[in-house]
Amino acid sequence: MIIKLIIVVALFAITLGIAAYLTLMERKVAAWMQDRIGPDRAGPFGLLQPLADGGKMFFKEDFRPTNADKWLFIIGPGIAMFTSLITGAVIPWGPDLKIAGETIALQVADVNIGILFIMGAVSIGVYGIMIGGWASNNKFALFGAIRASSQMISYELAMGVSVITIVMMTGSLSIRDIVDQQHGFWDNGWFSWNVFKQPICFIVFLITALAECNRAPFDLAECESELIGGYHTEYGAMKLGFFLFAEYVNMFISCAIISALFFGGYNFPGMDNFSGNTLAILGTLVFFAKTFFFVFVFMWIRWTLPRFRYDQLMHIGWKKMIPIALINLLITGVVIAYTEGWFSKNKDNESASNVKMEQPLGVNTSFEKTKTGNSL
Amino acid sequence: MSLDILFYILGGLTIGTALMVVLSKHPVRSVLYLVLTFFLISANYVLMNAQFIAIVNIIVYAGAIMVLFLFVLMLLNLNKENEPKHSPLMTIGAAVAGGGLFLVVVAAMREAILAAPMIDANSEQVGLVENLGKVLFTKYVLPFEVSSILFLAAMVGAVLLAKKEKQTIE
Repeated sequence: MIIKLIIVVALFAITLGIAAYLTLMERKVAAWMQDRIGPDRAGPFGLLQPLADGGKMFFKEDFRPTNADKWLFIIGPGIAMFTSLITGAVIPWGPDLKIAGETIALQVADVNIGILFIMGAVSIGVYGIMIGGWASNNKFALFGAIRASSQMISYELAMGVSVITIVMMTGSLSIRDIVDQQHGFWDNGWFSWNVFKQPICFIVFLITALAECNRAPFDLAECESELIGGYHTEYGAMKLGFFLFAEYVNMFISCAIISALFFGGYNFPGMDNFSGNTLAILGTLVFFAKTFFFVFVFMWIRWTLPRFRYDQLMHIGWKKMIPIALINLLITGVVIAYTEGWFSKNKDNESASNVKMEQPLGVNTSFEKTKTGNSL
Repeated sequence: MSLDILFYILGGLTIGTALMVVLSKHPVRSVLYLVLTFFLISANYVLMNAQFIAIVNIIVYAGAIMVLFLFVLMLLNLNKENEPKHSPLMTIGAAVAGGGLFLVVVAAMREAILAAPMIDANSEQVGLVENLGKVLFTKYVLPFEVSSILFLAAMVGAVLLAKKEKQTIE
């Protein structure tokens, strides 16, 4: 119980700390790409810049428009921050750690619906933006909120379908199971990481993750040339800080999810040479390294590609991403069915497993793991 | 027994927020209370060890359908001022209809055993995805497939409606 509490607090602190420093990283990467120096006044290499920014945010006047809905105006950024922070709970950050004979899982909760929990948190994340944008009582904020939410709903579908593909291959919704199945780097004559098995699925997921984070080239919600600042036009002080901060937390978490689902999480080539705590620490470091690589990719994309037009965005979402993801899902299903032997003439295996399935619910409490999970 | 207390607290909160959906004057607030109700219903599902149903309830209802509701209401920007006047006859009619439905529901519950425990402590495995999937695809495969055909029909219908409108504009 106490250990879990420590993990929760540590995860909270680490996520917030990383999100704070991602703002600096973003500005440094942007500066590097545009051949500038970037922030370098506060501390060596500008390392104290996030603290200075945070302090500024806290001490600014907390302004609220006269006609704004008081409570909803406050709740909006709160929801945005809350939903982006809770997603970290189901991500396995590393292999089990053993301290004084006790096994400590580096994960807040290994729930058996882990990946669905994340999808749920993502789908609720829309409310923060929508409520914030509507409660501001400003047409630009409302436009931004509506753009953001319609974009997030559209891309959620493709994201969900690509997640289903991975779940079908793993046979489990728990992220730890998904990560454990990508053990090592090479397995049975092919790479064990999902990205090599499902490259199309990975690309769809990466694009939808960019869209879900409202990052460029999908940042139409805060498109400054058309909408001033989008949904947070009327916000100031730390409420604005919460919105901006939630975006960075989201980015960090989605990069962690990408590396867990597709790049083996804490698995790395040659991990079998290590064991125990060495493996746990190395695995965690590898996981963070992968995550930061994807954070860099996100920033790279932001400072390279121009923003989409709104109809292009909808076109890509509905007419490109969803069909691609669905066809990929179909092909994956057929391949799994083929490897399971559904098309072979010998039906004995299948009928045997059917008999097993017909047992009534609740009587057999120790169901075997479905066969699908172990074959691929 | 602490689970029972939790159940009563959750149940009370659920009914409270559900009432607020109806009693709240502002349409947007009504929708937000409805979202809260869905969350509390999901909490009730978790209490019954049905995590999968709980999270799907949040994703589908709170995350997708309610967002669309909110969408429409925000765009319409309904206020108290421009709310259409309705006659007292409508209020009475609504009260009678709602009361009738309530009566039917209560009458249907008449046979329920109140002494039975609120939460089955041995139901740990019931709500898991694997078990649910197996039951859906074996015992209840016909209702499951029929409902999926219904969804497909609804989807095709929605696409058709959207397309027809576009042709008339052009």
